[in-house]
Amino acid sequence: MASIVQVEGLRKVYEGKQRVVALDGIALGVREGELYGLLGPNGAGKTTAISICTTRVLPTSGAVRIAGIDVVESPALARRLMGIVPQYNTLDRACTIYENIHFHCLYFGFSRTDAKQRTNQLLEQFHLTERADSYPSQLSGGLAQRVQIARAIAHRPKVLFLDEPSAGLDPQSRIAMWDAVRGLREEGITVVLTTHYMEEADELCDRVAIIDHGKILVEDTPATLKGSVGAQKVYCLDLSDRDSPAALVGQLKLVHGVRGVEPTSGGIRVFADNADGLLPEIVRVSNPYGLRDLTMTETSLETVFIRLTGRDLRE
Amino acid sequence: MPTMESEIEIANSSTVQTGHGTAPAQGMQYTRAFAGLFLRDLHVLQREKIPFLIRIVMNPLLFLFVFTYIMPHMSGGAVLNPTAQMAGANFSTVLLPGLMAVAIMFSGIAAVALPLAQEFGITREIDDRVMCPLPVSAVAIEKIVFSALQSMIAAAIVFPLAYYVPATPVYAHVNNWPFFMVVLALASLTSGALGLVIGTSVKPQQIGLIFGTVVMPITFLGCVYYPWAKLDAMPWLQRGVLINPIVYMSEGLRAAVTPTLPHMNPIVILLMLTFFLVFLTVVGIKGFLRRVIG
Repeated sequence: MASIVQVEGLRKVYEGKQRVVALDGIALGVREGELYGLLGPNGAGKTTAISICTTRVLPTSGAVRIAGIDVVESPALARRLMGIVPQYNTLDRACTIYENIHFHCLYFGFSRTDAKQRTNQLLEQFHLTERADSYPSQLSGGLAQRVQIARAIAHRPKVLFLDEPSAGLDPQSRIAMWDAVRGLREEGITVVLTTHYMEEADELCDRVAIIDHGKILVEDTPATLKGSVGAQKVYCLDLSDRDSPAALVGQLKLVHGVRGVEPTSGGIRVFADNADGLLPEIVRVSNPYGLRDLTMTETSLETVFIRLTGRDLRE
Repeated sequence: MPTMESEIEIANSSTVQTGHGTAPAQGMQYTRAFAGLFLRDLHVLQREKIPFLIRIVMNPLLFLFVFTYIMPHMSGGAVLNPTAQMAGANFSTVLLPGLMAVAIMFSGIAAVALPLAQEFGITREIDDRVMCPLPVSAVAIEKIVFSALQSMIAAAIVFPLAYYVPATPVYAHVNNWPFFMVVLALASLTSGALGLVIGTSVKPQQIGLIFGTVVMPITFLGCVYYPWAKLDAMPWLQRGVLINPIVYMSEGLRAAVTPTLPHMNPIVILLMLTFFLVFLTVVGIKGFLRRVIG
């Protein structure tokens, strides 16, 4: 199936005192109707990529096509096909919630009657009718986010871009936002979102591209990505003896059920199957090396990222 | 026989093609987006009409009150009153076109430069306007055009004030209405373009400085309170102020509204206003693009 968002060889270099390569040749394709996630740490290039897709940043080289329209050659046309919810609140402060959506419809060529109808419908859909006459400054972060989503899809775009949609939201608002985003898919809108929360990507996305230092490391469904780690559990060992983990690495590798072992800054990380009796065995083997603490997690997209880069997403 | 899904597919793809294939459709799209932006600005302005009126009335009102009402009434006012120096005409008449020019220019700053500073600043509201389906330069042009509308209202307000406030009557008479309208439109658009240049070239946190460094000097040296011809005693100054677009606004209005006063050649005025309009618009749009497109 043809991609609705087609990104080819995208590079963005910021020249200046310090030359920054924000994007180093990324390529990806988003299929129609898909919920697609760009996952990566802060500064990985996610926002730059989405800003280029939404015509607000010009690429150094490469191309982006939205439903076949080149965003650099025909930005005004491309904008009709996309909605955007940026990281920060760009609601029109001088207008009410109703007016924000209503004027957005007018910008996109709706007649006054159609704009009125569409605005009322969206206010209802996003449970905003009661707040129709409020001004953006009177809204909480979660509500403002919802208004931004409603406004972004008001002109019935084919693709919606969400840049870090849950940044700054409390857990409850985040879950409400997830529901709203899933609802969009039912309307047939393709969604592309960036996030540095792996649960968000895992929970929401059909496919995920993991991006780091301006490059795409891997792109697949969350299930396949997690499967690629080849382990179900990750044990992080905190050791007081930091000089001799090499011997321990060798020993741990021999333990039944262990799939991989790698040293970290404060100890050792063990990738393993869900084997019985593994935990006491790991503890027994590593005790002589000054085991201070042990954390155990299920394999997640975070594990995938760690496997690919050797770093935590938060580092 | 095609399935229902494939029919929908075909219907969709055909609307997409007619939607952004042809040039007239594209022109229509831009026009409607432009009209939408203009309507939004109009809507916000009419809701804030009282602050708007206060903004445009206070400056000419106070100026006229102090210089053409209080001063002539003061004891020894003849010495203080610049009227005495204005050969053949009274100061109220000199002030009328000047205050219209100031009103036009202040509106350009207040309607474009100040809001832009905010929109580029913390709120980044500008991104909302920039995502409209029309070329980004058209968003900037809409700002100029809307600011011009406010400038014209501000200039029109000066007329009744100049009629009622001064102690001495104002001799205003528009001989040539088309000339007046052209000057008014050019001056208003030019001030919007000036506002765009200022708003896009100054850091949001430094916008306050603009009044001291740009607005005040170009107003006081803009032949607002004196006709340009009267600067002949100081040739260096008379030539120096020619780089100031406000000079052509006040001289143009002087030629149109108070033709009995000395003023520049109307042809020169129109040419220079057109030149400044084009120049400031180009610089302003470039600045705008630089600020919104990374």
